[in-house]
Amino acid sequence: MEHILEIKNLHVTVEDQQILKGVDLTIKSGEIHAIMGPNGSGKSTLCYALMGHPNYEITDGTVTFDGVDVLELDPDKRAHLGMFLGFQYPREVPGVTFGNFMRHSVNAINKANDAESKPIPPGVFYKTMLEGVEGVKMDKSFIARALNDGFSGGEKKRAEIVQMRVMKPKIAMLDEIDSGLDIDALKIVAKAIQDAHEEQGMGVLLITHYQRILDYMTPHFIHIMVNGKIVKSGDRELAGILEREGYEQFIESKSTVA
Amino acid sequence: MAAPTKNQEKVLNPLSDYKYGFNVESKSVFKSGKGLTEEIVRKISEYKQEPEWMLEFRLNALKIFNEKPMPQWGADLNGIDFDNIHYYVKPSDRPVRDWDDVPDEIKETFERLGVPEAERKFLAGSGAQFESEMVYHNLQEDLAKKGVIFDGIDEALKNHPELFKEYFATVVPPADNKFAALNSAVWSGGSFIYVPKGVHIELPLQAYFRINAENMGQFERTLIIADEGSSVHYVEGCTAPTYSSDSLHSAVVEIIVKPGARVQYTTIQNWSNNVYNLVTKRAKAFKDAEMFWLDCNLGSKVTMKYPCVLLMEPGAKAEIQSIAFAGKNQHQDAGAKVIHLAPNTTSTINSKSISKAGGRSSYRGLVKVAHNAKGSKSKVVCDALLLDADSRSDTYPTMNIMEDDVTIEHEATVSKIGEEQMFYLMSRGLSEQEAATMIVNGFIDPIVKMLPMEYAIEMNRLIEMEMEGSIG
Repeated sequence: MEHILEIKNLHVTVEDQQILKGVDLTIKSGEIHAIMGPNGSGKSTLCYALMGHPNYEITDGTVTFDGVDVLELDPDKRAHLGMFLGFQYPREVPGVTFGNFMRHSVNAINKANDAESKPIPPGVFYKTMLEGVEGVKMDKSFIARALNDGFSGGEKKRAEIVQMRVMKPKIAMLDEIDSGLDIDALKIVAKAIQDAHEEQGMGVLLITHYQRILDYMTPHFIHIMVNGKIVKSGDRELAGILEREGYEQFIESKSTVA
Repeated sequence: MAAPTKNQEKVLNPLSDYKYGFNVESKSVFKSGKGLTEEIVRKISEYKQEPEWMLEFRLNALKIFNEKPMPQWGADLNGIDFDNIHYYVKPSDRPVRDWDDVPDEIKETFERLGVPEAERKFLAGSGAQFESEMVYHNLQEDLAKKGVIFDGIDEALKNHPELFKEYFATVVPPADNKFAALNSAVWSGGSFIYVPKGVHIELPLQAYFRINAENMGQFERTLIIADEGSSVHYVEGCTAPTYSSDSLHSAVVEIIVKPGARVQYTTIQNWSNNVYNLVTKRAKAFKDAEMFWLDCNLGSKVTMKYPCVLLMEPGAKAEIQSIAFAGKNQHQDAGAKVIHLAPNTTSTINSKSISKAGGRSSYRGLVKVAHNAKGSKSKVVCDALLLDADSRSDTYPTMNIMEDDVTIEHEATVSKIGEEQMFYLMSRGLSEQEAATMIVNGFIDPIVKMLPMEYAIEMNRLIEMEMEGSIG
């Protein structure tokens, strides 16, 4: 089944400051979109607003997932629909093991989609976790560790990808998942995203500063966000142009428009 | 019979989702009138057919209680009406060793609380107190053969008078504080444990304390003597029905840990929100002995409790791990006390408190190191978690160090459940309540992990219940 996330004319303020000023974007199953842009252009805000952070106020526009208005929903309900956010700075959850956390998460999602569903027994779920961590070459000992507690920056990013693999979302938004990763880790993470995309038809919205991660993936669309708007969209060629020439021309072209 | 009457339902239902709030209609054998008089104290002693010295002990304690002013520190105790309490309620004729012999309505209560089942599954022995008296006590036979004594304390006074007299009130004298004096005057029920030299009791011993009647005062005393090189783990659980008026629980626990012995005393207290819980718990640890208090405080209206260890001789160790959860209209004033009286003694205090819906939790602690207690070490860590802006947490640590050659550490943190952390958890499909419960259970996990598995599961479930409906 094809899933579709439609963002229309999205305006978002954070603490009374207008950050997004009319974003239009449609992401379907089987598509990989990358959003690039200078610091402060609103890329992360887009992710947070789409996932329903309470501090991000939607002042105009609509967001629907398979036709459902998600702006009315709490973040957990959006997760139940199949939306996922990979955090740039994942939070620590002391005292709660990665494995237990994920089991609760998957059970909650299953329950929301099928009231009759039974909780997955811990032993059965452990195998799922094992596949998850092995997929990003994390040691299995992480399953029994408190989530993100004492993890290095790179380990936290890998753990986000494990969560994505285990939760099997329909659309994954990944906020600078590549920052702080060395080249080996970057390849592993990119491959895991690409695999989920190919195996499950997962749609991807990738926020990144660098073209590097795209070298290991097959992005269908590149968008450039400047000052709260998508100013240019194109195919992966666009990433190459950005890498060579920077954002300057897009910022200027924006100002000439204005 | 056991199902609450219509009228009781009316009282119970609106009050809370407290699962243990049921009561049973119980025909007590004797119930004292309300209020505390010399006559009642004499009556209790007479009913129990006590030796003369115990009656004198009680009357002296009553005098001390009447003379001592109410404590003016800690929690607000002005709501206690000493004249509106039944000080002694005798539920059955005598304690028995077989669950089948326990009167039906009392048996049903403990069955609903899962007590006999726990004994069958994972305990070396178990006891149950209903109102003022132990109604049941049983110990595995092989332990009895090794000389272990696990009895109702009233039985022990009769059956082991010398041993009893040698240790009773030697750790907590009646004059220690007003509520220790009250307990000493009207004490009834509790456990008596003696573990002979070198005997290790692998499985825990458990006692369950249940207040059933309204306006009831429960004043049990527990006395544990672990002889040289022995070890024992004692677990107590407590619940009461939910009534609109208050009850009082004021216990005294005394523990003697002889050289090389180890005692762990675990409490999972879950009183209903109308109970004043004012308990004095203290242990003496001798050479190379180890005392471990693991104290989990949920429920009650007010709790004041500071498990204490006196480190009497070199090499003695104290560990006090505690959890306090203060919900709406609750004040948990809890903490720990350790007195280092000898060289090379060690103490570890770790306290975790959670406050929600306007609840208040306070850590109140004392670490005292006597002159000449050289080479002693103490580490105190208190962490507080606030679930909302209406709730409150305070820390009152007192350090009284009279020796230079010591290592003392103290850390305290206060954290709030943050929006970012909640958002992170909710983005994984957890509801607001599930997310907050997970954060709380994670917060106390380092202490819960020290509980035997069955109790750890129970503890997590209790937290879940406390968190129900807590998010608006």
